Amino acid sequence: MRKILAVFFIGVFGYYMLAILMDFPFGIDHLNPGLAGAYLKDTVSKTGAVNVVTSIIVNYRGFDTLGEVTVLFLAATGMSALLYDGKTMNRSRQNASVIVKAGSRLLFPLIIILGAYVFIHGHLTPGGGFQGGAIIASGFLLMFISYRNYHVSHRILSNVESTAGSVFVVLGLLGLLYGATFLENIMPLGIPNKLFSGGLIPLIYIAVGFKVGAELTALLDTMLKTVK
Amino acid sequence: MVYYIASLSLILIGLYGVLVKKNLIKIVLSLSLINAGIHILLIAIGYIDGRTAPIFSTPELRPEQMVDPVPQALVLTAIVIGLAITALALTIVIRLYDHHKTLDVSKIRELKW
Amino acid sequence: MDYMSIIVIILAVLLILAAFFVIRSKDLVAAVVASAVVSLISSIYFYILQAPDVALTEAAIGVALTTIFFMITIRKTRRDEE
Repeated sequence: MRKILAVFFIGVFGYYMLAILMDFPFGIDHLNPGLAGAYLKDTVSKTGAVNVVTSIIVNYRGFDTLGEVTVLFLAATGMSALLYDGKTMNRSRQNASVIVKAGSRLLFPLIIILGAYVFIHGHLTPGGGFQGGAIIASGFLLMFISYRNYHVSHRILSNVESTAGSVFVVLGLLGLLYGATFLENIMPLGIPNKLFSGGLIPLIYIAVGFKVGAELTALLDTMLKTVK
Repeated sequence: MVYYIASLSLILIGLYGVLVKKNLIKIVLSLSLINAGIHILLIAIGYIDGRTAPIFSTPELRPEQMVDPVPQALVLTAIVIGLAITALALTIVIRLYDHHKTLDVSKIRELKW
Repeated sequence: MDYMSIIVIILAVLLILAAFFVIRSKDLVAAVVASAVVSLISSIYFYILQAPDVALTEAAIGVALTTIFFMITIRKTRRDEE
């Protein structure tokens, strides 16, 4: 009965979704000339960044990104509050094999360098703070699963995280101090397609990269430590 | 068109899982399927045939040769928020299991209203 | 029919099969691995649809981190769907 009702509901829902999507044929230009066209036209001259997606996320919609980072922080805080039960456990089960250990020790610095590259070059190539932070966290994950007693200091992680978050807010307030609006791009824009260009965009994305990397690593450590 | 059908079937399969399944981890998995379907749908709506990614990596590229960047920025945000939501939901699942020793929603009576 | 559309159709079939497997499988670990396959194929789709930023994000977050969170949860609770 429940399944039949669900299938019926899904059929109706799918029919109407498909009917709506018929108005948006695939691959046709239905780009909004006022918004997307302006982003595409003005990005290089106004923000100095070449990657339009990065300039939208960090510059035009920088306030949204601050909210997004806050949501991630709140989720991490909520998880730690729910999982903490007063006793810390160490993950001492059987060790991984020698090949896995040696391989992950070899790969770990390379993964960290890749993550740092991705978030430093966020305004030039695909990538940015969120992607770089996630790559760094997966590097730490590799160490967590191959070395059972690998240990990160939560104090250092929370210091890195709070410093990076404060840097984001302070850079935004600088815009209010020297310009007109919060997160205004007050630094010189530089030549497009060079590493030192884009004004505040690379600085903010580096701060976001450190924050996301530290946060996700702390999340993984909290969850892995409470596994029985 | 293939993208629309693929993303729509992901959304519908996920919706079926949320409505019918009773295991809590299955429900969270179905939610992440719906998430993935919506991401593909948004990116597919922003795609324009024969155009390239919105990155001015060479000076010859013109704005008329690029796809819509707004859905991409939107989906980038949505993926990160989706990870935060999934992690929080799974933490609540762990705590519920600790308390009730079951993952079946129909057996967790106190949750029903 | 060029090569690209054939690849896209094959990937779509795989995507839908993996999604069905996520819902049908009684073993939760297999379901989680199938959902990682869904994430991987959607990452390839983002790359084909000219969204390299989103493809990178999905590959790092959807494939690696979400999967490991589900795995930890299964380890802490139970593996079979009752």
